[in-house]
Amino acid sequence: MEKDNKNLIENGSASQAGGLDLSVELAGVKLDNPVIPASGTFGYGQEFAKLYDLNILGSISFKGTTKDPRYGNPLPRIAECEGGILNAVGLQNPGVDHVIEHELPELRKIFHKPLVANISGFSIDDYTYACEKIDKEDQIGIIEVNISCPNVHGGGMAFGTDPASAAAVTKAVKSVTSKPVFIKLTPNVTDIVSIAKACEDAGADGLSLINTLLGMRIDTRARRPLLANKTGGFSGPAVFPVAVRMVYQVASACRVPIIGMGGIATADDVIEMMMAGASAVEVGTANVVEPYACKNIVEDLPRAMERLGITKLRDITGAALDM
Amino acid sequence: MRQEKLTVATNEKVAESAYFMRLSGNCRGIEGAGQFIDIKLDRYFLRRPISIYDFGDDFVDILYKTVGGGTFAMSDLKPGEVLDVLLPLGNGFDLNKRGEKTLLVGGGIGMPPMYLAAKGLSSMGVTPQVVIGFNSSDDMLPMDRFQALGIEPVITTVDGSYGTKGFVTDAMKDMDYDYVYCCGPSPMLKAVFAQAPDGQFSFEERMGCGFGACMGCSIETKDGYKRVCADGPVFFKDQIIIG
Repeated sequence: MEKDNKNLIENGSASQAGGLDLSVELAGVKLDNPVIPASGTFGYGQEFAKLYDLNILGSISFKGTTKDPRYGNPLPRIAECEGGILNAVGLQNPGVDHVIEHELPELRKIFHKPLVANISGFSIDDYTYACEKIDKEDQIGIIEVNISCPNVHGGGMAFGTDPASAAAVTKAVKSVTSKPVFIKLTPNVTDIVSIAKACEDAGADGLSLINTLLGMRIDTRARRPLLANKTGGFSGPAVFPVAVRMVYQVASACRVPIIGMGGIATADDVIEMMMAGASAVEVGTANVVEPYACKNIVEDLPRAMERLGITKLRDITGAALDM
Repeated sequence: MRQEKLTVATNEKVAESAYFMRLSGNCRGIEGAGQFIDIKLDRYFLRRPISIYDFGDDFVDILYKTVGGGTFAMSDLKPGEVLDVLLPLGNGFDLNKRGEKTLLVGGGIGMPPMYLAAKGLSSMGVTPQVVIGFNSSDDMLPMDRFQALGIEPVITTVDGSYGTKGFVTDAMKDMDYDYVYCCGPSPMLKAVFAQAPDGQFSFEERMGCGFGACMGCSIETKDGYKRVCADGPVFFKDQIIIG
Protein backbone atom coordinates (compact mmCIF):
# COMPACT_ATOMS: atom_id res chain seq x y z
CA MET A 1 0.00 0.00 0.00
CA GLU A 2 2.70 2.40 1.01
CA LYS A 3 4.71 1.40 -1.99
CA ASP A 4 1.73 1.95 -4.26
CA ASN A 5 1.26 5.44 -2.87
CA LYS A 6 4.86 6.25 -3.47
CA ASN A 7 4.76 4.99 -7.04
CA LEU A 8 1.69 7.02 -7.84
CA ILE A 9 3.25 10.13 -6.42
CA GLU A 10 6.50 9.59 -8.23
CA ASN A 11 4.58 9.25 -11.48
CA GLY A 12 3.60 12.84 -11.00
CA SER A 13 -0.18 12.76 -11.40
CA ALA A 14 -0.72 11.64 -7.90
CA SER A 15 -3.67 13.57 -6.60
CA GLN A 16 -5.24 10.18 -5.89
CA ALA A 17 -3.02 7.78 -4.03
CA GLY A 18 -4.36 4.44 -2.87
CA GLY A 19 -7.95 5.71 -2.70
CA LEU A 20 -6.82 8.87 -0.92
CA ASP A 21 -7.52 12.21 -2.55
CA LEU A 22 -4.82 14.81 -1.95
CA SER A 23 -6.09 17.37 -4.42
CA VAL A 24 -7.06 20.86 -3.31
CA GLU A 25 -8.33 24.01 -4.96
CA LEU A 26 -7.25 27.63 -4.62
CA ALA A 27 -9.66 30.17 -6.14
CA GLY A 28 -10.42 27.91 -9.09
CA VAL A 29 -6.85 26.65 -9.54
CA LYS A 30 -6.67 22.90 -8.95
CA LEU A 31 -3.55 21.48 -7.30
CA ASP A 32 -2.70 17.74 -7.15
CA ASN A 33 -1.71 18.24 -3.52
CA PRO A 34 -1.46 21.19 -1.13
CA VAL A 35 2.37 21.34 -0.93
CA ILE A 36 3.96 24.47 -2.41
CA PRO A 37 7.57 25.49 -1.77
CA ALA A 38 7.50 29.00 -0.33
CA SER A 39 8.91 32.01 -2.07
CA GLY A 40 12.50 32.84 -1.21
CA THR A 41 13.53 29.34 -0.21
CA PHE A 42 13.27 27.65 -3.58
CA GLY A 43 14.77 30.15 -6.06
CA TYR A 44 13.23 29.55 -9.46
CA GLY A 45 13.29 25.79 -8.87
CA GLN A 46 16.51 24.95 -10.68
CA GLU A 47 18.60 23.88 -7.67
CA PHE A 48 15.89 21.46 -6.52
CA ALA A 49 15.12 20.11 -10.00
CA LYS A 50 18.59 18.51 -9.87
CA LEU A 51 17.43 16.55 -6.80
CA TYR A 52 13.89 15.42 -7.63
CA ASP A 53 11.05 15.73 -10.14
CA LEU A 54 9.35 18.98 -9.15
CA ASN A 55 6.09 17.80 -10.73
CA ILE A 56 5.28 15.89 -7.54
CA LEU A 57 4.59 19.33 -5.95
CA GLY A 58 1.21 21.06 -5.89
CA SER A 59 2.78 24.24 -7.24
CA ILE A 60 5.87 26.42 -6.71
CA SER A 61 5.88 29.96 -5.33
CA PHE A 62 8.98 31.37 -6.96
CA LYS A 63 11.50 33.87 -5.60
CA GLY A 64 9.94 37.22 -4.72
CA THR A 65 10.13 39.30 -7.88
CA THR A 66 10.11 43.08 -8.20
CA LYS A 67 9.78 45.58 -11.04
CA ASP A 68 13.52 46.32 -11.08
CA PRO A 69 16.47 44.00 -10.36
CA ARG A 70 17.61 44.12 -6.73
CA TYR A 71 20.81 43.04 -5.01
CA GLY A 72 19.22 43.14 -1.58
CA ASN A 73 20.89 43.76 1.76
CA PRO A 74 24.58 43.66 2.71
CA LEU A 75 26.08 40.49 4.26
CA PRO A 76 25.70 38.80 6.66
CA ARG A 77 22.10 38.15 5.74
CA ILE A 78 21.53 34.92 7.63
CA ALA A 79 21.54 34.15 11.35
CA GLU A 80 20.53 31.06 13.24
CA CYS A 81 18.46 30.48 16.34
CA GLU A 82 16.79 27.64 18.19
CA GLY A 83 14.30 26.08 15.81
CA GLY A 84 14.80 28.47 12.95
CA ILE A 85 16.69 31.21 11.18
CA LEU A 86 16.63 34.93 10.62
CA ASN A 87 17.10 36.24 7.11
CA ALA A 88 17.62 39.72 5.77
CA VAL A 89 18.18 38.85 2.12
CA GLY A 90 16.21 41.91 1.09
CA LEU A 91 14.41 40.57 -1.99
CA GLN A 92 17.43 39.90 -4.18
CA ASN A 93 16.00 39.11 -7.62
CA PRO A 94 16.77 39.83 -11.27
CA GLY A 95 13.59 41.85 -11.91
CA VAL A 96 10.31 40.83 -13.52
CA ASP A 97 11.41 41.33 -17.14
CA HIS A 98 14.39 39.03 -16.67
CA VAL A 99 12.20 36.50 -14.86
CA ILE A 100 9.75 36.42 -17.77
CA GLU A 101 12.49 36.26 -20.37
CA HIS A 102 14.80 33.73 -18.70
CA GLU A 103 13.46 32.08 -15.55
CA LEU A 104 9.96 31.18 -16.77
CA PRO A 105 11.18 29.42 -19.95
CA GLU A 106 13.68 27.46 -17.84
CA LEU A 107 10.96 26.62 -15.32
CA ARG A 108 8.67 25.44 -18.12
CA LYS A 109 11.20 22.71 -18.94
CA ILE A 110 11.10 21.24 -15.43
CA PHE A 111 7.64 22.07 -14.05
CA HIS A 112 4.39 21.53 -15.92
CA LYS A 113 1.73 22.91 -13.57
CA PRO A 114 0.46 26.41 -12.81
CA LEU A 115 2.98 28.45 -10.81
CA VAL A 116 2.49 30.91 -7.99
CA ALA A 117 4.17 34.20 -8.96
CA ASN A 118 5.35 36.02 -5.82
CA ILE A 119 5.48 39.76 -6.48
CA SER A 120 6.85 42.50 -4.24
CA GLY A 121 7.03 46.23 -4.61
CA PHE A 122 7.82 49.56 -3.03
CA SER A 123 5.03 51.60 -4.59
CA ILE A 124 1.61 50.84 -6.07
CA ASP A 125 3.13 51.39 -9.51
CA ASP A 126 5.81 48.77 -8.81
CA TYR A 127 3.12 46.21 -8.02
CA THR A 128 0.93 47.00 -11.01
CA TYR A 129 3.90 47.05 -13.40
CA ALA A 130 5.04 43.58 -12.35
CA CYS A 131 1.54 42.09 -12.08
CA GLU A 132 0.49 43.40 -15.47
CA LYS A 133 3.51 41.68 -17.03
CA ILE A 134 2.97 38.46 -15.09
CA ASP A 135 -0.73 38.46 -16.06
CA LYS A 136 0.25 37.71 -19.67
CA GLU A 137 2.20 34.56 -18.75
CA ASP A 138 0.25 31.33 -19.20
CA GLN A 139 2.51 29.45 -16.75
CA ILE A 140 1.23 31.52 -13.86
CA GLY A 141 -1.85 30.22 -12.04
CA ILE A 142 -1.87 32.55 -9.04
CA ILE A 143 -0.29 35.90 -8.26
CA GLU A 144 0.84 36.10 -4.64
CA VAL A 145 1.39 39.71 -3.67
CA ASN A 146 3.91 40.19 -0.89
CA ILE A 147 2.96 43.25 1.11
CA SER A 148 4.83 42.04 4.16
CA CYS A 149 8.55 41.57 3.67
CA PRO A 150 10.07 43.01 6.85
CA ASN A 151 13.54 43.46 5.41
CA VAL A 152 13.08 46.30 3.04
CA HIS A 153 13.20 49.90 4.12
CA GLY A 154 10.81 52.48 2.86
CA GLY A 155 7.58 50.82 1.86
CA GLY A 156 7.36 47.04 1.98
CA MET A 157 6.41 47.06 5.61
CA ALA A 158 3.94 49.90 5.42
CA PHE A 159 1.56 48.28 2.91
CA GLY A 160 1.04 45.22 5.05
CA THR A 161 0.66 46.95 8.39
CA ASP A 162 -2.17 49.30 7.50
CA PRO A 163 -5.60 48.09 6.32
CA ALA A 164 -6.08 51.03 3.93
CA SER A 165 -2.68 50.54 2.26
CA ALA A 166 -3.19 46.79 2.02
CA ALA A 167 -6.58 47.39 0.38
CA ALA A 168 -5.09 49.93 -2.02
CA VAL A 169 -2.46 47.45 -3.26
CA THR A 170 -5.11 44.75 -3.60
CA LYS A 171 -7.41 46.97 -5.66
CA ALA A 172 -4.59 48.18 -7.87
CA VAL A 173 -3.31 44.68 -8.60
CA LYS A 174 -6.81 43.30 -9.21
CA SER A 175 -7.38 46.02 -11.81
CA VAL A 176 -4.45 44.81 -13.96
CA THR A 177 -4.89 41.04 -13.86
CA SER A 178 -7.58 38.45 -14.34
CA LYS A 179 -5.54 35.82 -12.50
CA PRO A 180 -6.44 34.98 -8.89
CA VAL A 181 -4.65 37.35 -6.51
CA PHE A 182 -3.52 36.13 -3.08
CA ILE A 183 -2.27 38.82 -0.72
CA LYS A 184 0.61 37.63 1.48
CA LEU A 185 0.25 39.08 4.97
CA THR A 186 2.82 40.04 7.57
CA PRO A 187 2.40 38.75 11.14
CA ASN A 188 4.07 41.89 12.49
CA VAL A 189 0.80 43.67 13.18
CA THR A 190 -1.49 44.18 16.14
CA ASP A 191 -4.56 42.75 14.42
CA ILE A 192 -3.99 40.57 11.38
CA VAL A 193 -7.73 40.00 10.95
CA SER A 194 -8.39 43.67 10.17
CA ILE A 195 -5.72 43.60 7.43
CA ALA A 196 -7.04 40.31 6.06
CA LYS A 197 -10.60 41.64 5.92
CA ALA A 198 -9.46 44.84 4.23
CA CYS A 199 -7.79 42.77 1.50
CA GLU A 200 -10.82 40.51 1.13
CA ASP A 201 -13.15 43.50 0.87
CA ALA A 202 -10.83 45.06 -1.74
CA GLY A 203 -11.26 41.98 -3.94
CA ALA A 204 -8.46 39.61 -2.96
CA ASP A 205 -9.18 36.08 -4.22
CA GLY A 206 -7.20 34.59 -1.36
CA LEU A 207 -4.69 35.24 1.41
CA SER A 208 -1.22 33.83 2.14
CA LEU A 209 0.07 33.88 5.69
CA ILE A 210 2.30 34.25 7.55
CA ASN A 211 5.43 35.96 6.32
CA THR A 212 8.41 36.06 8.69
CA LEU A 213 8.35 37.53 12.19
CA LEU A 214 10.66 40.47 12.77
CA GLY A 215 13.64 39.38 14.87
CA MET A 216 17.22 40.16 15.84
CA ARG A 217 20.36 38.36 17.06
CA ILE A 218 23.39 39.99 18.67
CA ASP A 219 26.97 38.93 17.98
CA THR A 220 28.10 38.86 21.61
CA ARG A 221 31.80 39.04 20.72
CA ALA A 222 31.35 42.09 18.51
CA ARG A 223 28.54 43.51 20.69
CA ARG A 224 26.61 44.37 17.54
CA PRO A 225 23.57 42.96 15.76
CA LEU A 226 24.62 39.87 13.85
CA LEU A 227 22.80 40.78 10.65
CA ALA A 228 24.17 43.70 8.65
CA ASN A 229 20.55 44.84 8.30
CA LYS A 230 20.29 44.61 12.12
CA THR A 231 16.82 42.99 11.96
CA GLY A 232 15.69 39.99 9.96
CA GLY A 233 12.70 37.79 9.31
CA PHE A 234 12.41 34.90 11.77
CA SER A 235 11.14 31.64 10.29
CA GLY A 236 11.32 27.91 10.83
CA PRO A 237 9.57 25.33 13.03
CA ALA A 238 9.67 27.69 16.04
CA VAL A 239 7.09 30.02 14.43
CA PHE A 240 4.63 27.25 13.53
CA PRO A 241 2.22 27.83 16.45
CA VAL A 242 2.08 31.55 15.67
CA ALA A 243 1.23 30.74 12.06
CA VAL A 244 -1.45 28.23 13.03
CA ARG A 245 -3.03 30.78 15.38
CA MET A 246 -3.09 33.51 12.73
CA VAL A 247 -4.45 31.24 10.00
CA TYR A 248 -7.16 30.12 12.42
CA GLN A 249 -8.08 33.73 13.27
CA VAL A 250 -8.16 34.84 9.64
CA ALA A 251 -10.07 31.73 8.51
CA SER A 252 -12.65 32.45 11.22
CA ALA A 253 -13.23 35.94 9.84
CA CYS A 254 -12.76 35.62 6.06
CA ARG A 255 -14.35 33.50 3.32
CA VAL A 256 -11.53 33.52 0.75
CA PRO A 257 -9.12 30.55 0.59
CA ILE A 258 -5.88 30.69 2.57
CA ILE A 259 -2.42 29.41 1.77
CA GLY A 260 -1.02 28.68 5.23
CA MET A 261 2.69 28.87 5.95
CA GLY A 262 5.16 29.40 8.77
CA GLY A 263 7.42 26.65 10.05
CA ILE A 264 5.83 23.72 8.23
CA ALA A 265 8.30 20.85 8.12
CA THR A 266 6.26 17.63 8.16
CA ALA A 267 3.11 16.07 6.70
CA ASP A 268 1.49 16.35 10.14
CA ASP A 269 2.20 20.10 10.10
CA VAL A 270 0.41 20.32 6.73
CA ILE A 271 -2.68 18.64 8.14
CA GLU A 272 -2.64 20.80 11.26
CA MET A 273 -2.34 23.98 9.19
CA MET A 274 -5.20 22.88 6.95
CA MET A 275 -7.39 22.11 9.95
CA ALA A 276 -6.68 25.67 11.14
CA GLY A 277 -8.22 26.93 7.90
CA ALA A 278 -5.65 26.66 5.10
CA SER A 279 -6.67 25.25 1.70
CA ALA A 280 -3.03 24.70 0.75
CA VAL A 281 0.33 25.29 2.40
CA GLU A 282 3.75 26.65 1.62
CA VAL A 283 6.91 25.04 2.95
CA GLY A 284 9.77 27.49 3.31
CA THR A 285 12.66 27.33 5.72
CA ALA A 286 12.59 23.52 5.80
CA ASN A 287 13.94 23.55 2.21
CA VAL A 288 17.01 25.46 3.34
CA VAL A 289 18.27 22.72 5.67
CA GLU A 290 16.57 19.69 4.13
CA PRO A 291 16.61 20.00 0.35
CA TYR A 292 14.20 17.06 0.04
CA ALA A 293 11.73 18.54 2.57
CA CYS A 294 8.86 19.08 0.13
CA LYS A 295 9.35 15.70 -1.53
CA ASN A 296 9.37 13.99 1.87
CA ILE A 297 6.20 15.80 2.92
CA VAL A 298 4.34 14.88 -0.30
CA GLU A 299 5.38 11.25 0.13
CA ASP A 300 4.46 11.18 3.84
CA LEU A 301 1.02 12.79 3.41
CA PRO A 302 -0.89 9.59 2.44
CA ARG A 303 0.40 7.81 5.55
CA ALA A 304 -0.47 10.75 7.79
CA MET A 305 -3.97 10.91 6.23
CA GLU A 306 -4.58 7.20 6.75
CA ARG A 307 -3.51 7.44 10.36
CA LEU A 308 -6.05 10.23 10.94
CA GLY A 309 -8.82 8.63 8.88
CA ILE A 310 -8.73 11.35 6.21
CA THR A 311 -9.66 10.27 2.68
CA LYS A 312 -10.17 13.66 1.02
CA LEU A 313 -7.53 16.12 2.13
CA ARG A 314 -9.52 19.20 1.05
CA ASP A 315 -12.32 18.19 3.44
CA ILE A 316 -10.20 19.01 6.48
CA THR A 317 -9.73 22.70 5.63
CA GLY A 318 -11.03 24.62 8.64
CA ALA A 319 -11.99 21.43 10.49
CA ALA A 320 -10.79 22.98 13.75
CA LEU A 321 -12.87 26.15 13.38
CA ASP A 322 -15.96 26.80 15.49
CA MET A 323 -18.90 26.53 13.12
CA MET B 1 24.88 17.81 -4.84
CA ARG B 2 23.38 14.92 -3.00
CA GLN B 3 22.54 13.89 0.54
CA GLU B 4 24.56 11.15 2.20
CA LYS B 5 24.76 9.52 5.61
CA LEU B 6 28.44 9.55 6.50
CA THR B 7 30.03 7.87 9.51
CA VAL B 8 32.59 9.59 11.71
CA ALA B 9 35.75 7.47 11.36
CA THR B 10 38.21 9.81 13.10
CA ASN B 11 37.72 13.04 15.05
CA GLU B 12 40.85 14.24 16.80
CA LYS B 13 42.39 17.47 18.01
CA VAL B 14 45.34 18.57 15.90
CA ALA B 15 45.99 22.08 17.19
CA GLU B 16 44.59 24.63 19.61
CA SER B 17 40.88 24.84 18.58
CA ALA B 18 41.39 22.68 15.47
CA TYR B 19 40.22 19.16 14.72
CA PHE B 20 40.72 16.60 11.99
CA MET B 21 37.72 14.51 11.01
CA ARG B 22 37.43 11.68 8.54
CA LEU B 23 33.92 10.80 7.40
CA SER B 24 33.32 7.44 5.71
CA GLY B 25 30.65 6.60 3.18
CA ASN B 26 29.81 7.30 -0.43
CA CYS B 27 31.87 10.38 -1.29
CA ARG B 28 31.99 9.91 -5.06
CA GLY B 29 31.69 12.99 -7.22
CA ILE B 30 33.92 15.37 -5.30
CA GLU B 31 36.05 17.23 -7.83
CA GLY B 32 38.68 18.93 -5.72
CA ALA B 33 40.13 21.89 -3.88
CA GLY B 34 37.74 24.64 -2.83
CA GLN B 35 34.63 22.47 -2.68
CA PHE B 36 32.88 21.95 0.64
CA ILE B 37 30.42 19.73 2.46
CA ASP B 38 27.43 20.87 4.54
CA ILE B 39 26.92 18.98 7.80
CA LYS B 40 23.67 18.73 9.81
CA LEU B 41 24.21 18.63 13.57
CA ASP B 42 21.69 17.76 16.24
CA ARG B 43 20.24 20.86 17.92
CA TYR B 44 21.65 23.26 15.33
CA PHE B 45 19.17 24.40 12.73
CA LEU B 46 21.50 25.34 9.90
CA ARG B 47 24.05 23.01 8.43
CA ARG B 48 27.78 23.74 8.87
CA PRO B 49 29.67 24.30 5.62
CA ILE B 50 33.24 22.93 5.91
CA SER B 51 35.99 22.89 3.26
CA ILE B 52 37.20 19.56 1.95
CA TYR B 53 40.76 18.73 3.04
CA ASP B 54 41.07 15.45 1.14
CA PHE B 55 38.78 12.84 -0.34
CA GLY B 56 38.43 9.46 -1.96
CA ASP B 57 35.48 7.47 -3.29
CA ASP B 58 34.61 6.30 0.23
CA PHE B 59 35.83 9.07 2.52
CA VAL B 60 36.14 12.80 2.97
CA ASP B 61 38.61 14.50 5.33
CA ILE B 62 38.03 17.88 6.91
CA LEU B 63 39.97 20.15 9.24
CA TYR B 64 37.77 22.50 11.23
CA LYS B 65 38.20 25.16 13.86
CA THR B 66 35.97 25.38 16.92
CA VAL B 67 34.58 28.90 16.77
CA GLY B 68 31.03 28.54 18.04
CA GLY B 69 28.45 26.13 19.41
CA GLY B 70 28.10 24.15 16.20
CA THR B 71 31.77 23.42 15.70
CA PHE B 72 32.20 22.71 19.42
CA ALA B 73 29.40 20.15 19.07
CA MET B 74 31.28 18.67 16.12
CA SER B 75 34.39 18.28 18.26
CA ASP B 76 32.39 16.07 20.64
CA LEU B 77 31.32 13.62 17.93
CA LYS B 78 32.60 10.09 18.43
CA PRO B 79 33.70 7.57 15.82
CA GLY B 80 30.69 5.57 14.66
CA GLU B 81 28.25 8.48 14.82
CA VAL B 82 26.35 9.05 11.58
CA LEU B 83 25.93 12.51 10.07
CA ASP B 84 23.56 13.86 7.42
CA VAL B 85 25.80 15.57 4.88
CA LEU B 86 25.23 17.40 1.59
CA LEU B 87 28.05 16.97 -0.90
CA PRO B 88 29.81 17.96 -3.04
CA LEU B 89 29.08 21.68 -2.91
CA GLY B 90 30.57 24.70 -4.60
CA ASN B 91 32.90 25.32 -7.50
CA GLY B 92 36.52 24.86 -6.52
CA PHE B 93 39.86 26.05 -7.89
CA ASP B 94 40.37 25.57 -11.61
CA LEU B 95 43.80 23.94 -11.59
CA ASN B 96 44.05 24.27 -15.37
CA LYS B 97 44.22 28.01 -14.87
CA ARG B 98 47.53 28.79 -13.20
CA GLY B 99 50.76 30.63 -13.78
CA GLU B 100 54.31 29.63 -14.62
CA LYS B 101 55.04 30.09 -10.91
CA THR B 102 51.90 29.47 -8.92
CA LEU B 103 51.77 30.38 -5.24
CA LEU B 104 49.26 28.90 -2.83
CA VAL B 105 48.37 31.16 0.11
CA GLY B 106 46.35 29.88 3.05
CA GLY B 107 45.38 31.60 6.26
CA GLY B 108 44.55 29.54 9.34
CA ILE B 109 41.71 27.16 8.66
CA GLY B 110 41.94 28.28 5.01
CA MET B 111 44.83 25.85 4.73
CA PRO B 112 42.91 22.62 3.83
CA PRO B 113 41.82 23.75 0.33
CA MET B 114 45.41 24.85 -0.32
CA TYR B 115 46.65 21.38 0.55
CA LEU B 116 44.11 19.84 -1.80
CA ALA B 117 45.12 22.29 -4.56
CA ALA B 118 48.78 21.37 -3.98
CA LYS B 119 47.90 17.69 -4.23
CA GLY B 120 45.97 18.28 -7.44
CA LEU B 121 48.78 20.30 -8.99
CA SER B 122 51.35 17.69 -7.93
CA SER B 123 49.39 15.00 -9.73
CA MET B 124 49.62 17.19 -12.84
CA GLY B 125 53.40 17.37 -12.43
CA VAL B 126 53.35 20.93 -11.11
CA THR B 127 55.02 21.78 -7.81
CA PRO B 128 53.58 25.00 -6.36
CA GLN B 129 55.07 27.25 -3.71
CA VAL B 130 53.02 27.43 -0.53
CA VAL B 131 52.67 30.06 2.21
CA ILE B 132 50.47 29.37 5.20
CA GLY B 133 49.85 31.96 7.91
CA PHE B 134 48.76 31.47 11.51
CA ASN B 135 48.34 33.77 14.47
CA SER B 136 50.76 31.76 16.59
CA SER B 137 52.44 28.37 16.76
CA ASP B 138 49.54 27.15 18.95
CA ASP B 139 47.20 27.50 15.97
CA MET B 140 49.54 25.77 13.57
CA LEU B 141 47.95 22.97 11.61
CA PRO B 142 49.89 19.82 10.67
CA MET B 143 51.99 20.22 7.52
CA ASP B 144 52.74 16.51 7.09
CA ARG B 145 50.50 16.11 4.05
CA PHE B 146 52.30 18.92 2.22
CA GLN B 147 55.61 17.32 3.19
CA ALA B 148 54.42 13.99 1.78
CA LEU B 149 54.04 15.81 -1.55
CA GLY B 150 57.63 17.05 -1.22
CA ILE B 151 56.47 20.59 -0.45
CA GLU B 152 57.78 22.52 2.55
CA PRO B 153 55.34 25.39 3.11
CA VAL B 154 56.65 28.76 4.26
CA ILE B 155 54.98 29.38 7.62
CA THR B 156 54.23 32.81 9.01
CA THR B 157 52.95 33.62 12.49
CA VAL B 158 51.70 37.01 13.56
CA ASP B 159 53.43 36.72 16.95
CA GLY B 160 56.63 35.29 15.50
CA SER B 161 56.40 32.11 17.58
CA TYR B 162 57.11 30.00 14.49
CA GLY B 163 58.52 30.68 11.02
CA THR B 164 58.48 34.15 9.54
CA LYS B 165 57.10 36.80 11.88
CA GLY B 166 54.21 38.70 10.35
CA PHE B 167 51.51 38.07 7.80
CA VAL B 168 51.50 35.90 4.68
CA THR B 169 51.94 39.07 2.66
CA ASP B 170 55.25 39.71 4.46
CA ALA B 171 56.55 36.33 3.29
CA MET B 172 55.17 36.92 -0.21
CA LYS B 173 57.42 39.99 -0.63
CA ASP B 174 60.47 37.73 -0.97
CA MET B 175 58.82 35.23 -3.31
CA ASP B 176 58.73 34.99 -7.08
CA TYR B 177 55.25 34.15 -8.38
CA ASP B 178 52.87 35.16 -11.13
CA TYR B 179 49.60 33.52 -10.03
CA VAL B 180 47.96 32.93 -6.65
CA TYR B 181 45.42 30.51 -5.21
CA CYS B 182 44.16 31.92 -1.94
CA CYS B 183 41.89 30.83 0.89
CA GLY B 184 41.67 32.53 4.27
CA PRO B 185 39.90 35.12 6.38
CA SER B 186 38.63 38.18 4.59
CA PRO B 187 41.32 40.71 5.75
CA MET B 188 44.01 38.32 4.49
CA LEU B 189 42.13 37.73 1.26
CA LYS B 190 42.01 41.48 0.64
CA ALA B 191 45.72 41.93 1.37
CA VAL B 192 46.74 39.05 -0.89
CA PHE B 193 44.33 40.24 -3.58
CA ALA B 194 46.09 43.62 -3.57
CA GLN B 195 49.52 42.01 -4.14
CA ALA B 196 48.62 39.18 -6.52
CA PRO B 197 49.11 39.81 -10.24
CA ASP B 198 46.43 37.22 -11.02
CA GLY B 199 44.75 34.28 -9.35
CA GLN B 200 41.76 32.59 -7.78
CA PHE B 201 40.29 33.45 -4.39
CA SER B 202 38.00 31.40 -2.18
CA PHE B 203 35.39 33.44 -0.30
CA GLU B 204 33.89 32.68 3.05
CA GLU B 205 30.46 34.05 4.03
CA ARG B 206 27.70 33.06 6.40
CA MET B 207 25.48 30.75 4.39
CA GLY B 208 21.88 29.67 4.67
CA CYS B 209 21.30 26.62 2.51
CA GLY B 210 24.77 26.13 1.00
CA PHE B 211 23.38 25.03 -2.38
CA GLY B 212 22.14 28.20 -4.07
CA ALA B 213 18.50 28.46 -3.04
CA CYS B 214 18.26 31.15 -0.37
CA MET B 215 20.46 34.01 -1.67
CA GLY B 216 21.91 34.35 1.84
CA CYS B 217 25.53 34.66 0.68
CA SER B 218 25.40 36.71 -2.53
CA ILE B 219 28.29 39.03 -3.33
CA GLU B 220 28.69 41.60 -6.05
CA THR B 221 31.15 40.67 -8.79
CA LYS B 222 32.06 42.22 -12.13
CA ASP B 223 29.83 39.54 -13.69
CA GLY B 224 26.86 40.54 -11.51
CA TYR B 225 25.65 39.13 -8.24
CA LYS B 226 27.00 35.67 -7.44
CA ARG B 227 26.16 33.17 -4.73
CA VAL B 228 29.31 32.31 -2.78
CA CYS B 229 27.94 28.80 -2.08
CA ALA B 230 26.80 27.82 -5.57
CA ASP B 231 28.61 30.12 -8.03
CA GLY B 232 31.76 30.17 -5.85
CA PRO B 233 33.22 29.92 -3.32
CA VAL B 234 36.21 30.34 -5.68
CA PHE B 235 36.22 33.36 -7.97
CA PHE B 236 38.79 34.61 -10.48
CA LYS B 237 40.68 37.80 -9.73
CA ASP B 238 39.23 39.60 -12.73
CA GLN B 239 35.67 38.87 -11.49
CA ILE B 240 36.19 40.10 -7.97
CA ILE B 241 35.22 43.47 -6.54
CA ILE B 242 36.95 44.01 -3.20
CA GLY B 243 34.84 46.41 -1.15
